[in-house]
Amino acid sequence: MNKSVYDSPKQVEDINRHILTILVDNEPGVLARVVGMFSGRGYNIDSLNVAEVNNKNLSRITIVTHGTKEVIYQIQSQLMRIVPVHSVSNLDKEDSSVEAEVALVNMFINEKNKKDAFQICDLYRARKIENENNTIIFEIAGTSQRIDTFIKDISKITDIEIVRSGPVAISSTQKNEEEE
Amino acid sequence: MEMTDNVTGAEIVLKSLTEQGVEVVFGYPGGAVLPIYDSLFKQNSIRHILVRQEAGAIHAAEGYARSSGKIGVVLVTSGPGATNVVTGLTDSMMDSIPIVCITGQVPQHLIGSDAFQECDTTGITRPCTKHNYLVKDVNTLSSVFHEAFSIAANGRPGPVLIDIPKDVQFAKGSYQSSKETKIDSHRLFEPKIKANDQNIEEATKLIANAKKPIFYIGGGCINSGPKASKLVTKFVEETKAPATMTLMGLGVIGARNKYSLGMLGMHGMYEANMAMHECDVMVNIGARFDDRVTGRLDAFAPNSKKIHIDIDPSNINKTIKIDVPIIGDIESVMNQIFSSWKNNNYKSQKEDLIKWWNKIEEWKKVDCLNYNQGERSIKPQHAIKRLYELTKDKKTFITTEVGQHQMWAAQYYKFEKPNRWLTSGGLGTMGYGFPAAIGAQIANPDSLVIDIAGDASILMNIQEMSTAVQHRLPVKIFILNNEYMGMVRQWQELLHGGRYSESYTDSLPDFVKLAESFKAKGLRAKNVKELDDVILQMISSKETVIADIWVDKEENCFPMIQSGSAHNEMLLNKYQKQDETSAEKGKVLV
Repeated sequence: MNKSVYDSPKQVEDINRHILTILVDNEPGVLARVVGMFSGRGYNIDSLNVAEVNNKNLSRITIVTHGTKEVIYQIQSQLMRIVPVHSVSNLDKEDSSVEAEVALVNMFINEKNKKDAFQICDLYRARKIENENNTIIFEIAGTSQRIDTFIKDISKITDIEIVRSGPVAISSTQKNEEEE
Repeated sequence: MEMTDNVTGAEIVLKSLTEQGVEVVFGYPGGAVLPIYDSLFKQNSIRHILVRQEAGAIHAAEGYARSSGKIGVVLVTSGPGATNVVTGLTDSMMDSIPIVCITGQVPQHLIGSDAFQECDTTGITRPCTKHNYLVKDVNTLSSVFHEAFSIAANGRPGPVLIDIPKDVQFAKGSYQSSKETKIDSHRLFEPKIKANDQNIEEATKLIANAKKPIFYIGGGCINSGPKASKLVTKFVEETKAPATMTLMGLGVIGARNKYSLGMLGMHGMYEANMAMHECDVMVNIGARFDDRVTGRLDAFAPNSKKIHIDIDPSNINKTIKIDVPIIGDIESVMNQIFSSWKNNNYKSQKEDLIKWWNKIEEWKKVDCLNYNQGERSIKPQHAIKRLYELTKDKKTFITTEVGQHQMWAAQYYKFEKPNRWLTSGGLGTMGYGFPAAIGAQIANPDSLVIDIAGDASILMNIQEMSTAVQHRLPVKIFILNNEYMGMVRQWQELLHGGRYSESYTDSLPDFVKLAESFKAKGLRAKNVKELDDVILQMISSKETVIADIWVDKEENCFPMIQSGSAHNEMLLNKYQKQDETSAEKGKVLV
């Protein structure tokens, strides 16, 4: 995945999934700058998450991407060139991080499969969300992998409609000073 | 403490520019910047250079910046004014030139309504600026300006754009001086001015023990300032190792310095490319392993350890794997390298260097820039050589357009000092050279400024003749006229079976009459006997001059590493051919 016009020496590096967490000034256009860097330079975004942090002047962007070590390093240094970016950390590198995503699942169940479906939801600690139309909507949180297996299991029993947030992650060792 | 309340946005713009030490603004008025032009009218400290198309304004600002080391400033209107500077913004982004570009915008309540001359300027220019702003509150305007100037010049320089809606230009607010403006350090590209000492130690050790070292020097040395070029030259002389320069780096080490091998890369010197291929330690100072330089990556300097000095961490390991990365500003890095070299009492490997230089002398015998002038038609190489001989004793600035003439200029004009050679390297913008020459002439009113051009390139911004004459700028345009887009034709000849699709320029103007119609001077040389006389007339004239030099139409630019080939696979003349597999591979590349 070298970005030169020429063939590069044969790649032996593994392509891995990485979670990048990017602390940025909360100003107009900052998301477009970050996302534009990815599309403009031909990198992939597997999922993307943006929210304000405690300090209202800052936002955190969490991006899941994949690539070789070199590509990830290049993405990180290209991100650091963007003026409103404070810091970029690669959470997979620190292997002491926690990640989670949320999924909302609308289930089309009947009397026949209701028991089995609820049992699975119970097993995965999915929580039922009350709503005015009385449709059966569950909320599940956890690693992407856990949600994948939940979907696989529940799909065997009933049709579902699902919305996923994409993961966010946090380092379990360090605390980021800028956020305090 | 200077705090002024109740001034209009337009006045704040002028106050900010004045405080930042701006002397010249290149621009073109229009509806959405009228308030700023009105403020400009009421003051005397800033000079405005009216161009004839906005592209001319930004290239002129680039020429001004590169020849003076100052920041180039551009002022244009919304919509088409803004879109016309996009090429120049991209150009200065690629070549790391500090520019501040001010654009007008429709009033805020009209933004998003497809108003007359509205466009999403910050959206369009986001990827081609270092940073850009849409100013919504007049009270932030002055701090935005101060920050923009810092960002443009700081670290790896580049263009910054400030988009100002018309209502903000009219609105009244307070002015904040740059002293009162606090810029968060993370917004300033935090250049590691001082590099990591351990890496410096590793680097000097490698250089001291190298058997076949080479310095590969780029435009970063020029951006770091004239002191950096002096230090680099001093270190090269200290180590007695050969040094080659990129297109952007010409002038860092004087061309007549005995350690200089001249330019490397696609149309670089035979000895420079061969030495790059065979070196064992490569010291990259402020260059970025551009594809024009590296050729085929898997055969690039295959047996070398690579040291890379750059201010921008994203350049490290981008295309070429680096053994010793050094991130910092070249001037301070070179000082660190010098003290490490001295503290360790390092000396180069004398015996090995003698062998290395012997090998290089063998390559030099190929005499890759050799050409046969003959008696009649002018060889383009000869035209540049004569131009060099007749101007070398003056303080001369050379700009170029893009194509064959640009490469011949790089090969045959010998640059002794930095900041004298202005060419569009990264983006390759035809039409760059003439407006850039206008900017360079504004910055250096008493110097000789020559745009070496091709007949096709010069037509891309020929309207700026009017600018040059209006401002009485004695810029010289030296056209190597072969009635072709020469480089396009050369590639068609080499890669597309000689099918010259659309590369012949029919219906060219009579350049002498064209010059005269702008009330400038027109000269023409049709054969070699007339050449020197035309050059002498051109350089002694106080007017804007177009010199139309009719050159050999079929001449091609050699040596050449074709796309897909390696440094040791150069073509030296038109009788050589690239081998078929790499030609097929190369054809799909740029």
